[in-house]
Amino acid sequence: MFVRLQSAPFDPGAEIAGFLKGREDTGALVTFTGTVRSTPGKPVKTLTLEHYPALAQKQIARFATQAMARFGLADIAVIHRFGTMNRGEVIVMVLALAAHRQAAFDGANYLMDWLKTDAPFWKREAGPDGETWVAAKAEDDTARDKWKTGREG
Amino acid sequence: MKVLYFAWLRERLNKGEEEVAPPEGVATVADLIDWLAANDEAAALAFEDRKIIRAALDEELVEHQTPIAGARTIAFFPPMTGG
Repeated sequence: MFVRLQSAPFDPGAEIAGFLKGREDTGALVTFTGTVRSTPGKPVKTLTLEHYPALAQKQIARFATQAMARFGLADIAVIHRFGTMNRGEVIVMVLALAAHRQAAFDGANYLMDWLKTDAPFWKREAGPDGETWVAAKAEDDTARDKWKTGREG
Repeated sequence: MKVLYFAWLRERLNKGEEEVAPPEGVATVADLIDWLAANDEAAALAFEDRKIIRAALDEELVEHQTPIAGARTIAFFPPMTGG
């Protein structure tokens, strides 16, 4: 398991190859890759992520450990960038490795839902009309809270 | 104790951190917010919508009613928007 916070861009394909290396014992890898979105209706030139390094590392490692235990994953990894990135660039990647696909899907989903609302990162978008902080969405809280039913965390 | 501010809270206060020495009676996170807001106009505005402000004590997310005794660092920030 690893959690890597970095400002530098990374190659998702290379991360997949590295993560799978020597893992003949597992049959399912699910990855999520989040990128900087820009649409004609809401053009974004750059996205800047501010973060609280010590707490971000700790929170994501906690969610990764919980995902491992809850879904019986073989391994899990998170790479999250901070600083300024251009539209289309990769922000975050989650890699969940398991014996079978369902656990890998669930593990990646669980980790992203918790990360969105409970890891200390803040997005600031720069568009044609200047810069604005991205507002938190209620549906992200709802997505996280669905994991609270039954077992906590 | 050291206080850290992030994102728009940092911008509204025009500082990322400060050292504070709250008086006795400032027992919880909520008390500290009240005390900061009472002593500074920018803080009063920044903390206007208190219920949305999140806090971390020594790198652990906490609720507003959590006691702050013994904490070295407290961080205040808006709702998180990572991922």
